[in-house]
Amino acid sequence: METILVVLNVDENGNLSKHALETVSAGVKLSKGLSSPFTVGIVGPKPELAAELIGGCGATHFLGVSAEAFQIPRYVTDSVLIENLANKSQATLILAPGSSRWNRVLPGVAHRLGGRADLHVGELKVAEGKLSITKWYYRQRMEAVLQRAHRPWCLGLDSGADAPWQGERGQVSVEILDIPINPAEIRTQVQGAKSPSTSEQTIRPDAELLFVAGAGWTKKQADGQAHPDRAAELILRFLQLSGASLGGSKSLVDLSSEGQSVLPFMTHLNQVGQTGATPRHPKGLATCCHGEEPHVVGWRFINERRAVNLDPNCGWAHGKADVLYVADAFQVMERLNALLEQEKQSK
Amino acid sequence: MSEGYHIVVCAGIVPDPLQTLQPVQTPTGWGLKNEMMLPAVLDPWAAHALYEAAHLAKKTPGSKVYLVSLAPKAKLQQVMMTVAQKAAFELVPVDGPASGFTEAFEVASALYEAIMGIAGLDRNKLLLFGGWESASRGAGSTLQILGEMLQIHDQFQGVDECTVNPDGSLQILERVEGGNHQVSVCKGPPVVLGWATGNLPEPPNNPQIGMSNMRTIMPALQKAKTAKIGADGVFFGSVELPKQLRQTRVVKDAQVDEIAREILEWIRK
Ligand SMILES: Cc1cc2nc3c(=O)[nH]c(=O)nc-3n(C[C@H](O)[C@H](O)[C@H](O)COP(=O)(O)OP(=O)(O)OC[C@H]3O[C@@H](n4cnc5c(N)ncnc54)[C@H](O)[C@@H]3O)c2cc1C
Repeated sequence: METILVVLNVDENGNLSKHALETVSAGVKLSKGLSSPFTVGIVGPKPELAAELIGGCGATHFLGVSAEAFQIPRYVTDSVLIENLANKSQATLILAPGSSRWNRVLPGVAHRLGGRADLHVGELKVAEGKLSITKWYYRQRMEAVLQRAHRPWCLGLDSGADAPWQGERGQVSVEILDIPINPAEIRTQVQGAKSPSTSEQTIRPDAELLFVAGAGWTKKQADGQAHPDRAAELILRFLQLSGASLGGSKSLVDLSSEGQSVLPFMTHLNQVGQTGATPRHPKGLATCCHGEEPHVVGWRFINERRAVNLDPNCGWAHGKADVLYVADAFQVMERLNALLEQEKQSK
Repeated sequence: MSEGYHIVVCAGIVPDPLQTLQPVQTPTGWGLKNEMMLPAVLDPWAAHALYEAAHLAKKTPGSKVYLVSLAPKAKLQQVMMTVAQKAAFELVPVDGPASGFTEAFEVASALYEAIMGIAGLDRNKLLLFGGWESASRGAGSTLQILGEMLQIHDQFQGVDECTVNPDGSLQILERVEGGNHQVSVCKGPPVVLGWATGNLPEPPNNPQIGMSNMRTIMPALQKAKTAKIGADGVFFGSVELPKQLRQTRVVKDAQVDEIAREILEWIRK
């Protein structure tokens, strides 16, 4: 038998994020599959309010941490936090949303507890009373199913691994933990979040569509000229009209960071691929991007894929996209924007 | 305290991303088909950490950069032929597997031994750098565990920027959700920084730096200790390539209007 701990944090509005609720679902699933009790540990100014939201989830215990020092994401405090929740609950399996906050500390704290950790965990499977997880290797090129002997086993779950938990709210009693921390150990002050320097927020994790721009947007076109300004205009307008999230190929992003006047809103954070992000969206549209393998590994979690490229033999043509339109992306996007404008006006 | 940082960059090697990879069972566990034949590169995010380290060391007199790498030494030597031209560093090699199927804890233990063996390393000047995830295991774990082993509890992951303030504190930007950065200020070393892409382009090759690095790299490789690294306690049920390629429909000679309408319809579906 295992003992399960689900670690959650309350968001700035006092709610539990979708990713947090998915982690609750995973905890419920494991608890049933392994016939093992589970504890929920919540960090937030008022953990009891968040606990109420998931009161009906079947957890045997609720632990809360409300002290101010623990409310911000920071290794020194978050590691002590999980360490204490783990010791209090005697957990053998520790689940947390694989967000930047928990991914920053889970492996370190697992080591401190004498256990092991896995991040970017996809599916959790239980068979014959044993937990297996799925996880990608070599930047999403191959997927492994694995089990571990070491405990505690800390698991940072990728979003989308389970459906968000839905169920009855309910009053539960939350045991508030008083975790001692020596102020002298806190050498880091978190000043807050900073959005990209451009006025436009182009990365939208919840968008239905990922729109990827490649270096072709900045290359010489049929008239012998490059048209970066026109490219920037078309792309930004499309993002505004469609609500899509913007991704870029490495070649395009590198051009931007090398100070060439290309697409001012494109930063390294937009990069998709081997050394970029692996975002999750139901659909993806690639434009002026060749579809080389180091780029396309970043599309692992994009279900439906289409591309617009002048080259009928580009990477997308070779089983990497569902549809490849052999066409000029400048023309296609101009027309697509016009259609979206029409649609907007007729609403 | 005298000026300068001791920047320890931990970087493995990985197959060149343009290579096709295939998992195979080997007598020592899972590996890649023809692993020793595949051309390798310095793990990309860790390579960014190296460039950032070199840049910071240049700006901070009295600093020194160490590159600690666990890899099969013959392959590491090949990779060093280009990497040595990019930045000045002292190589601290450990001979062992570069496989993604080894356990981060075991890798961290081998790196810990190597780091503890660096003569004159001053913990109060220590900046432990590396990539926030490897391009092989992708565990995001090794640096954190190593940080714990070195008892460094100021750790940052997905770092894109680290600047030194006039009072010696470090301002650090880490990637967080939604394309934002979290800004933190840490009093100073020792810290762990797991780098994402950072802000620096890949430095051009500098044969002079390469020559001077190689003078110490070759003897270091010859003396490299061997570490036995596996994946104790991990049981792989399967390792598979994604099931299938897509059946791409290639649309040629269609009118722009037709294409735009089809895309719109698809987006709205
Ligand atoms: C270690 C390493 C890591 C890497 N990591 C990444 C990564 O994370 N992400 C990544 O993206 N790449 C990565 N790469 C680089 C990758 O191999 C490719 O070089 C890169 O993706 C190419 O970018 P691109 O397709 O935008 O540019 P190009 O290869 O220059 O392609 C431009 C495309 O635009 C098309 N085009 C031009 N004009 C038009 C038009 N008017 N209409 C339609 N199409 C047009 C052209 O036909 C061409 O296909 C990595 C490489 C290495 C070695």
